[in-house]
Amino acid sequence: MIRLEKRKEPSKFWRIANPFLAVALTMVAGAVMFAMLGKDPLVAIRLIFFDPIFSETFGSYSRPQLLIKSAPLILIAVGLAIGFKANIWNIGAEGQYIMGALFGAGVALAFFPAPGWYIFPLMVLAGAFGGFLWAMIPAILKTRFNTNEILVSLLLVYVAEKILAAMALGLMRNPDIAGFPGSRDLRRYDAAHNAELFANTGVHWGVVAALIAVIFAYVMMTRHMLGFHVKLAGQAPRAARFAGVAPARLVIVCLGISGALAGLAGMFEVSGPGGQVRIEFATGYGFTAIIVAFLGRLNPLGIVLAGLLLGLTYIGGELGQMMLQLPGAAIQVFQGMLLFFLLALDFQTNYRLRLTRGARA
Amino acid sequence: MRVPLLQLEGLTKAYPGVVANDDVSFDIGEGQMHALLGENGAGKSTLVKMIYGLVKPDKGQMTLRGQPFAPAQPSQARRNGVAMVFQHFSLFDALDVAENVALGMENPPPLRDLARRIRDVSEEYGLPLDPARWVGELSAGERQRVEIVRCLLQDPKLLIMDEPTSVLTPQEVDILFLTLRKLSAEGTAILYISHKLEEIRALCDEATILRGGRKVATCDPRERTARELAELMVGQLLTPPERPAKPKGDIVLEVDNLSLASNNPFGTSLKNISFSLRKGEVLGIAGVAGNGQDELLLMLSGELPAPSAQVKLKGQPVGHLGPNGRRARGLVAAPEERLGHAAAPDMSLTENALLSASRRKGLAWQGFIDWRKSDAFARDIIARFDVRTPGPHVLARALSGGNLQKFVIGREIELDPDVIIVNQPTWGVDAAAASTIRQALLDLAGKGAGVLVISQDLDELLEISDSFAALNEGRLSDTRPAKGLSVEDIGLMMGGAGDMHVAHEASA
Repeated sequence: MIRLEKRKEPSKFWRIANPFLAVALTMVAGAVMFAMLGKDPLVAIRLIFFDPIFSETFGSYSRPQLLIKSAPLILIAVGLAIGFKANIWNIGAEGQYIMGALFGAGVALAFFPAPGWYIFPLMVLAGAFGGFLWAMIPAILKTRFNTNEILVSLLLVYVAEKILAAMALGLMRNPDIAGFPGSRDLRRYDAAHNAELFANTGVHWGVVAALIAVIFAYVMMTRHMLGFHVKLAGQAPRAARFAGVAPARLVIVCLGISGALAGLAGMFEVSGPGGQVRIEFATGYGFTAIIVAFLGRLNPLGIVLAGLLLGLTYIGGELGQMMLQLPGAAIQVFQGMLLFFLLALDFQTNYRLRLTRGARA
Repeated sequence: MRVPLLQLEGLTKAYPGVVANDDVSFDIGEGQMHALLGENGAGKSTLVKMIYGLVKPDKGQMTLRGQPFAPAQPSQARRNGVAMVFQHFSLFDALDVAENVALGMENPPPLRDLARRIRDVSEEYGLPLDPARWVGELSAGERQRVEIVRCLLQDPKLLIMDEPTSVLTPQEVDILFLTLRKLSAEGTAILYISHKLEEIRALCDEATILRGGRKVATCDPRERTARELAELMVGQLLTPPERPAKPKGDIVLEVDNLSLASNNPFGTSLKNISFSLRKGEVLGIAGVAGNGQDELLLMLSGELPAPSAQVKLKGQPVGHLGPNGRRARGLVAAPEERLGHAAAPDMSLTENALLSASRRKGLAWQGFIDWRKSDAFARDIIARFDVRTPGPHVLARALSGGNLQKFVIGREIELDPDVIIVNQPTWGVDAAAASTIRQALLDLAGKGAGVLVISQDLDELLEISDSFAALNEGRLSDTRPAKGLSVEDIGLMMGGAGDMHVAHEASA
């Protein structure tokens, strides 16, 4: 019979190895799933994980896409990871992402069609502020009334989606095209367009922002008292209070940072790759970023790798839909399996399996 | 000579890196009061865990009334008449006494019958207990009664008690001893684990002494002096701490009629606390656990904010300040719980050095951490306080209790404070480490700091304090000079036997 035994210390080896193992297991389980769908599993796996980068036919299109898809994931996940380290669970990044987009687009549409170098920076600030504001709702409810931030932030995603739809159909609708939902295309408004910075690379301001956020988060978590206090509060809340950490302030800081970064991601998306405020603007980056944060071990550098991988599955999924008529949901199943396997495997970081003989204990 | 009830022969148990018990043999007679003496880490716990079926010995055997005895789990030991009262109670605050007792039994009878039996057994042995009361409302002494009664209901032949008096007032200890003597007279053997020598000399008729996992002696404790026993236990001569005589200085810390609600639903609120602490003074605060010690420490350290003017540090109101604000003004604290409160278990000693020292030691500039300086500070503490560890990179939880305590107290002392507040400085710490810590506190007082020690160890308080007060249900007694106080006086200051009335009149 099998027994679980708690390890004296969490295993360093499994901490690093588990994400890789989870990816491998996801590929295997995915292959089984594709086989059951009647597709050639090897072709499907290759199409999702390798062709977007290495194929000559798709590469020129999908390589830039990699950064476009990964940047918002990384930007959001870096913020979430800081909170997760402190045991503050912002599950509603998707909502903050939407609000950031709406605030950013709102600034752009307000100035339209005026030119001006200051418009885009203003949009950046507005986007961050929108996400911050939306995250302050669970933060203040938690610090004032001790509500659960997981539930409140999650439910606010659905509120944000309703607001998004209302904006796309009402206030922000493009007045020049009658009858269609959706705002003006910001890509056609130079002062507000988050354009590609280098041709055919996919690098836009969001990628730059993600890079800066990763560096900032890394320095904060390893060199700064704030990062130390975040870790302390997550590991030993009483010791954190002894060290002078005010729990309420930490909730505000962590939710604020992750909300602002998610808002930024939304703003860069709506002014660039997304282009306009549409009902179907939000595609789940805020939720996928949770997987990215965990797969990256809540470490800013790990999150870069995990973000690139999950970005890859988005593009690969699109290719799979195009080339093999895979169902669109297949890719969500894929991402879900990744988190599932990772969490399951992480069990062995803290426990070991022991085979024992004899009667039950 | 009585018939041996339990015989241990060559019991050996090794864990990776340490031999917890090495070839331990002794007998326990029926109805005998047998003491198991030893320092922390001497192997007492492992030994009784083997008897209670929690740990399987690597080598050696036990016989119970002549029959081979090798319990695979505690339930098997209980069926054979072995019961144990643990040092840390396994009770649920939110359940009543009868429910808690039922949870620890193999086949509990219906609750109404059980309640009656609890009443009967507890009256019979002089441990009155109301089965309908919530455990959360009970004092530590009453909680222990719950555990004891739970054992007695199973009619044990051998009762193992692990450090039972560490949570009791002297008066409560007397009640417990009467109960144990009655049990012994009825033929129940008692294996009594302790490091309190006077207690053992008063109670037990045989003592086995463990040191470093080996048995060093079995003797009659009544025929030995406490000092002889201590030296057998420690294996070296002990020197009592020195205290330089010094004149008392100005008041450095003053608390004025402060009442404060606990932040814990089962905690104890502080009621009308007033005291003052002078430069160079060691003020000892006694009290049974759960009488407001935690709250007092939190209030003084700044973790539990208080009305500003009612806590004064060097004449300045500091009640509103948090821990860092108070540290900046010269007040530091070392909480009772080392792992999780004074130190973060999964962080390195370097990180734990930073935890409370970042400001006073200048380990961070504009919030940016100077890891090299923090590391050097951790090394300083390790060297100065003889912390046994491979280095500052080691996780706090990898250290033994005594070593971590030296580290935590050392860290606060190194901050060169004007006032230091310590809760249970030597709880679970071996004698050598305890005397290092006490000496360090006395040295700090000698340099002019005010030292406030909260402790349940009366011997410790009498050894190091200049003045003395006791906490009882959140109230602090008047402060009295420590010189000339007897243990009885202190017991009364601690609230005597409190609500726990004695039901031994008949037998006593």
